[in-house]
Amino acid sequence: MASLRTTSRLLASSRPLFRPATFARTYATVESGVQEPAPKIKKFQVYRWNPDTPSEKPNMQTYELDLNKTGPMMLDALIRIKNEIDPTLTFRRSCREGICGSCAMNIDGVNTLACLCRIPTDTAKESRIYPLPHTYVVKDLVPDLTQFYKQYKSIKPYLQRDTPSEDGLEYRQSPEERKKLDGLYECILCACCSTSCPSYWWNSEEYLGPAILLQSYRWLADSRDEKTAERKHALDNSMSVYRCHTILNCTRTCPKGLNPARAIAEIKKLMAAH
Amino acid sequence: MISQKVAQQSLRRLAVQQPYAMRWSLMNAASPAAVAMGRNIQTRFAATSAKTTDPTKLLAEQRLRRPVAPHLTIYRPQITWYGSAAHRVTGLLLSGPLYLFATAYLAAPLFGWHLESASLAAAFAGLSVATKIGIKSFFAFPFTYHCLNGLRHLTWDLGRGITNKQVIQSGWTVVGVSAITALVLAFL
Repeated sequence: MASLRTTSRLLASSRPLFRPATFARTYATVESGVQEPAPKIKKFQVYRWNPDTPSEKPNMQTYELDLNKTGPMMLDALIRIKNEIDPTLTFRRSCREGICGSCAMNIDGVNTLACLCRIPTDTAKESRIYPLPHTYVVKDLVPDLTQFYKQYKSIKPYLQRDTPSEDGLEYRQSPEERKKLDGLYECILCACCSTSCPSYWWNSEEYLGPAILLQSYRWLADSRDEKTAERKHALDNSMSVYRCHTILNCTRTCPKGLNPARAIAEIKKLMAAH
Repeated sequence: MISQKVAQQSLRRLAVQQPYAMRWSLMNAASPAAVAMGRNIQTRFAATSAKTTDPTKLLAEQRLRRPVAPHLTIYRPQITWYGSAAHRVTGLLLSGPLYLFATAYLAAPLFGWHLESASLAAAFAGLSVATKIGIKSFFAFPFTYHCLNGLRHLTWDLGRGITNKQVIQSGWTVVGVSAITALVLAFL
């Protein structure tokens, strides 16, 4: 704990240079007047691996934080560890509000976004943080998602259409047709679901995985898209879709509350009618 | 904010008064032409990795050595994937012995084994009650679980009952019901 800076010092360092004397005085009285609550120390075990020393095996490093001085989310804890305890800790983060999908990782055994995951307040139990399961680790909590993005590219995730629209302005949809895309377009491609799928763990070379299949269905279900037959044909093999054994870890883990398993079931139904 | 402004102003003043002192900053900013020609060399005072003679080679080496993040051992046990694994294991427990027995039955006349129903029933009747119930429940639970869970799979294939809540509820229901029915079968 000696390496931990107190929040008061942090505040002090971020204070503007020229602070009116009155402000300084009230600040001092607040600090001396209020008694600090008892510290709530929680242990965080974090997966570490450094590519600069590749022969060293990955290990779990323990960090301790006072929850009274940490934000409510796991990402707050990670950022605080990086800022104040260990600047070598590496992880991806960007929006801190569950819209970019950068901070996807395995927290306490479940894939989720660190920014949407509350720190369990039970200080007796330590929290364990791993990178997304069965991904190649670039460093610490950063997974290599090259294959995931390649697979996304392979399903041609864009509107394919030859005929121009009637009025030459927009491709129109009825409200019912648009409604079919709800629960599909919200996917942020964080890869939580794909890397929670045991089938994807063993077959990620050829099986597309829940996230990409949900995206696939998003274009199959789009009334404006005209290449439905081609899209179905591309999926018509033993690996792309049918490695899904309806394990349903994907829907269970999705931090956005979407349902990739249902999308895959719909694809299977479409393929059966194909 | 004030400190930023002060720093900016002093930099500007420096640029006007001593243009040569500002040369270092220009050296770092590569011209577009230099970038296009590949002659753009960035100078970093704190290199991230020492002795990077060939960055692509280093990357290729790192890729070979990258560990695979832990998976089975660290993922939280949930009814979803544990139930699915149980479905597969119970399937194996049912089909494996069936194949073994069927092959043995086929080969029995060759080796003079007695695997007819009558002799098997007689042999089973000679066992103690505890062994009987043990053997029966060993096959009864995989049978009931695999059948009932198979019904779940059929409904999912119709695109029904596939929300989180329904999956958790139906999963535990199947575990409970199959345990009870297995016991009933074992005590028949």
